[in-house]
Amino acid sequence: MGQGLGPGGAAENVDYSAIEQSPEFSRLRSTHRRFVIPVVSAGLAGYIAYALLASWGAGFMSTRVLGNVNWAIILGLAQILATFAVTVAYVWFANRKLDPKAAQIREAIEAGAGGVQ
Amino acid sequence: MSAAAGTVLTLAAIDPTSPGKPGINIAIFLAFVLVTLIIVIKGGGGSKHSSGEEFFAGGRSFSGAQNGLAISGDYLSAASFLGIVGAIATAGYDGFLYSIGFLVAWIVALLLVAELMRNIGKFTMADVLAFRLRARPIRVAAAITTLAVTFFYLLAQMAGAGGLVSLLLGITDDAMQSVVIAVVGVLMIVYVLIGGMKGTTWVQMIKAVLLIAGAAVTTVWVLALNGFDLSELLGRVVENTQEHMAGKGQAADAMINPGLKYGGSDWAKVDFLSLGLALVLGTAGLPHVLMRFYTVPTAKEARKSVVWSIFLIGLFYVFTLVLGYAAAYMFAPEIWEKGSGVPGGSNAAAPLVAAALGGPWMLGIMAAVAFATILAVVAGLAITAATSFSHDIYTNVVKKGQVSPGAEVRVAKATVVVIGLIAIVGGIAAKDQNIAFLVSLAFAVAASANLPTIVFSLYWKRFNTRGALWSMYGGLISALVIIVFSPVVSGSPTAMLTGADFDLAPLSNPGIVSIPLGFLLAIVGALTSKREDERAKEAEMDVRALTGVGAEKAVPH
Repeated sequence: MGQGLGPGGAAENVDYSAIEQSPEFSRLRSTHRRFVIPVVSAGLAGYIAYALLASWGAGFMSTRVLGNVNWAIILGLAQILATFAVTVAYVWFANRKLDPKAAQIREAIEAGAGGVQ
Repeated sequence: MSAAAGTVLTLAAIDPTSPGKPGINIAIFLAFVLVTLIIVIKGGGGSKHSSGEEFFAGGRSFSGAQNGLAISGDYLSAASFLGIVGAIATAGYDGFLYSIGFLVAWIVALLLVAELMRNIGKFTMADVLAFRLRARPIRVAAAITTLAVTFFYLLAQMAGAGGLVSLLLGITDDAMQSVVIAVVGVLMIVYVLIGGMKGTTWVQMIKAVLLIAGAAVTTVWVLALNGFDLSELLGRVVENTQEHMAGKGQAADAMINPGLKYGGSDWAKVDFLSLGLALVLGTAGLPHVLMRFYTVPTAKEARKSVVWSIFLIGLFYVFTLVLGYAAAYMFAPEIWEKGSGVPGGSNAAAPLVAAALGGPWMLGIMAAVAFATILAVVAGLAITAATSFSHDIYTNVVKKGQVSPGAEVRVAKATVVVIGLIAIVGGIAAKDQNIAFLVSLAFAVAASANLPTIVFSLYWKRFNTRGALWSMYGGLISALVIIVFSPVVSGSPTAMLTGADFDLAPLSNPGIVSIPLGFLLAIVGALTSKREDERAKEAEMDVRALTGVGAEKAVPH
């Protein structure tokens, strides 16, 4: 199977370069990147900050907060909660902001328009 | 067993070198293996795997929730269950980094990689990489990195299986443990040959439910014994371990603070960071996880399945914290050290907690779940490696695409047999090491050799074939070289080669060197060679990745 062909067959003679240049697609791409790149960077930065704190800031992390529960346990569990929060936020964003734009472009191509100019 | 272990108060009077009754343990265990085999045969639809779509990608017919369970099943391997619980039982808080790193890693997989790969790929990671780069060298490189990652992952699973079954049977003899590993290898081959991706996916789903439920029950049980108070649990850990810690020159509460294992020197702290980097960047480069994005009908289902798995995996990792600390207060800290006679060492912590709580029945059930975990993960890994070899090297390079789908599946099945044999030999060499640690090496290789190429080919147009090859081979080789000269292979008490000492690198995980190197080589390689004249392909990849036009569809039934 040629890589350019979708199994649906409809995408056979599509001018992808034209679609890529179209304002609709540019908007979809920048919406996607403006969300995922900063959020992934922030998530990784938070995680690395946590790992640095657990190694060079062990004194602080060992401070007890609630009974025997120290900052290390609290911040560790907070990493898990932060991951859940990012997941929920991304799904919310993708369902509302990405899917409708992507569907519009895909339907235009599959309808055989050969582009969305 | 040592006298020290016997004098310590445990909740149930059990012998950690041979808990339970081998008869009951093995009966429960075999019943379980039989049931899962039947599921594989039923779910896999007999041996009718004429099409690659069916054998490799399960017909792309799984729903997001089903696939999410299967991803959790793949991901919650022996490393996550036996390995992390053991790491927390012995290294205290430092072991919890595995849980956190393994989970946060999913942010990268979900946001950057999962949906775009689903839209472009077909069966393997290389389908995406070869889309606009030169296909033949890229496919060969990707197949090699896939095999390397799979090798380290399999080692860990085999080490886990050997320790676990030896624990059930009370086997402390080295040669007998090797026989156990060989039996696991044979079972694995049978599983994969009969079930394919579809049968394996069913086993993963059932196993994920059992594992998470089993861990949940055990966790609630432990918490109930401590008045549902985490502080009280931690207090008991300190009480049970302070004497042992004092003997090692550590603070009385060292088990609940960071730094017990990785706090000694600046090098140890760098090693901790290295491990942390490998864990968080490895997931999105794991070939067997990436393959799971292809077993769903659409990108939206891929997203749903990752969301399901993030919540299940995250929940499970909270359980590991409680179970690890439970093992730390229920048993004498000396029993986890090499030479105490406990089969599998720290890897036995989770089943021993089960045995201490519920006796031989609980041990039998949890051990069976853990074993099913290993079997299913091994099968998933073997399928990934076999698919990569048959699809990327045999079909696309040796036969240049001119091959019947039947032949591709036959080559894959032959590859499974070979992989099974290598895994048996590797598992025997690695059986004394913590499994979570062994898996972290697979993560380091995946993050160094696969992740840069995946991310750049999806997000950077200037990226080209030379950048990809430099990054894949450079990342792979640097990671492997550091591992070979690390305390993992020689020069430490639990090293793979006990008679030799060529331990040069102070790092036990290569990530902090090899991952930045992989990214750097990708950038330098790309910038020092011409941009490929593939503008049309670049545009097509860009549009298809984000919109899902022309993505592989589900096979109608």
